[in-house]
Amino acid sequence: MAEVMLRGVAKSFGQTRAIEGLDLTIADGEFVVLLGPTGAGKTTTLRLVAGLERPDAGRVLIGGEDVTLAPPSARDVTFVFQQYSLYPHLSVYENLAFPLRSPARRMGKDEIKRRVEATAKLVRIDHKLESRATRLSGGEMQRVAIGRALVRQPAIYLMDEPLSSLDAKLRAEMRLELKRIQQELGATLLYVTHDQIEAMTMADRIGILKDGELIQIGTPRKIYTEPRNTHVATRLGQPAINLLPQGLLPDAGLPAGTKTVGARTEHLRIEKSANGQADGVVDWIEHLGDQNHLHVKLGDRKLITLSPPDTPLAPGDKVMIRYNNPLCFDADGNWLGGRAQ
Amino acid sequence: MSLTTAHSVIEPTRTSKRIAGAIVVAYALISMVPLFWIFATSFKTPPDSISYPPKVIFQPSLEGYCNLFTTRTRQTREYVDALGPATTLCDEITRRRNMVIAGPSNYWPRFINSLVIAFGSTFLAVSLGTLAAYGFSRFKVPLADDLLFFILSTRMMPPIAVAIPIYLMYRELGLSDSALGMILLYTAVNVSLAVWLLKGFIDEIPREYEEAAMIDGYTRLRAFWKVVLPQATTGIAATAIFCLIFAWNEYAFAVILTSGSAQTSPPFIPTIIGEGGLDWPAVASGTTIFLVPILVFTILLRKQLLRGITFGAVRK
Repeated sequence: MAEVMLRGVAKSFGQTRAIEGLDLTIADGEFVVLLGPTGAGKTTTLRLVAGLERPDAGRVLIGGEDVTLAPPSARDVTFVFQQYSLYPHLSVYENLAFPLRSPARRMGKDEIKRRVEATAKLVRIDHKLESRATRLSGGEMQRVAIGRALVRQPAIYLMDEPLSSLDAKLRAEMRLELKRIQQELGATLLYVTHDQIEAMTMADRIGILKDGELIQIGTPRKIYTEPRNTHVATRLGQPAINLLPQGLLPDAGLPAGTKTVGARTEHLRIEKSANGQADGVVDWIEHLGDQNHLHVKLGDRKLITLSPPDTPLAPGDKVMIRYNNPLCFDADGNWLGGRAQ
Repeated sequence: MSLTTAHSVIEPTRTSKRIAGAIVVAYALISMVPLFWIFATSFKTPPDSISYPPKVIFQPSLEGYCNLFTTRTRQTREYVDALGPATTLCDEITRRRNMVIAGPSNYWPRFINSLVIAFGSTFLAVSLGTLAAYGFSRFKVPLADDLLFFILSTRMMPPIAVAIPIYLMYRELGLSDSALGMILLYTAVNVSLAVWLLKGFIDEIPREYEEAAMIDGYTRLRAFWKVVLPQATTGIAATAIFCLIFAWNEYAFAVILTSGSAQTSPPFIPTIIGEGGLDWPAVASGTTIFLVPILVFTILLRKQLLRGITFGAVRK
């Protein structure tokens, strides 16, 4: 395991700039998740660390050593791809042994066997070692793919949306397993996803990427409660944060310069209006079982928030809405730091 | 029938399946008739082979095969009778026609030439084609499209158009009537086909496999060997069959560029006709044996061929 640093890294493909001036340090043993939409430069960042791409500018350091120009085989990293992760012509055992048989390592037979079996146990695939890779279910395949990365002890594990091809139930299981494995090994891990739940649950730090730039990096809590701007705020939270223009609701006490108010469920107090005075009308209620999505119409705006499953509200009800410490953003969408009282 | 089954829009109906089946069987029969006729003729005697109306039922004879593998001289009846007892079956058959076996014919040497040249050039064309296709598929080759078109354009003219220049060139280089010359020539013709076919197959193998292998500590060449090649076997097998069929059957270049020691079977077989009258059974037996290698090779690789001729459209 080692510390990995990107310093002022830039990469373009033809006319499109994938990454610009990226500075990122992943501490030894840290789990960093890069979160962003498709095309934000997440995968390119991983490929730059892996050596599958060469940066146009900047440096890549692994364990203090400059590897900017080193080929992938000389970098001591592992990579879990989103798909196509297993060699289809090999068995599970051979897939796991493949990295250990490389000319870079040339491990003894017994050592390979010992390591493969230990890794197979770790990812719980030891009962299928002799199966062909193509005979496995999606979850098993992805466990083997992760196992192939874990069979070595590299400087850093790189994972490119490894769970996105799995169904929801399996994804939830694998999320826990991955975090467990990472903690057991004390692994340095750079993980890329567009799934905010994966980012929130697994990361030590989350980096928010947009158009090839790192907008903000910090602990999940910090990113959630103190987003630098509206873009970061919309990345986290389910349902997505409501961005409302200042003045739409009674908002006395908001900091000066507030142009946009960001309100998640916990920032809103909604009550059925008693005296005929109302801020909005309940438009629709989505019943999710354990909770409800409440759609409220505010004039021509719409607000979506959570409500308890036994909510007394019904569509057509007039409601009073008050802010409760919402996030405030200025005209450029930057967070103002302060809170309303 | 007794049960009515639901008709899907995509699934062909029973009737249309039957019609399709009938067409396929009819086509197979029509295209098999010449092959069957050659096979049957190879077991006829020369008089049976030219009798009119043609004989479908006849007494099979090995005379065609005997004549194919031997050269014979005509002798008087007395001379033949004065000889000792016939030692082999062919001896006996030949003597019945007042002839004696003078020695082996050139059929086997020509057949072996064909084997060496066809398999040699196929191996070279497929090897070079795989490497070139990999390069075109994975790297940014400057003017790649133009180069690919240029490679293909070498197949656009009939071989006979370049046969004379190549003949002159080969004479200067000392390559005419040599197995090496023919291997090089067939390789050059086939490599364009191989590059195009194999590029399609290699394009379909996701790059992630090699990238994973390179990250796992393998160089690109080793990753190619360990990960790409095993997955390209279907395409390689299909391409090899196409190349082999071309090289095996090629006539125009062979007839111009080979005449003696490097002559292949296609130009040799017609020359059998000239030896002692119209010996159709000998020609037919030469053709029958000539068909065997391709038949065996195709049967061995039929699975790959079946997937290959759809050019990867229905993998898995």
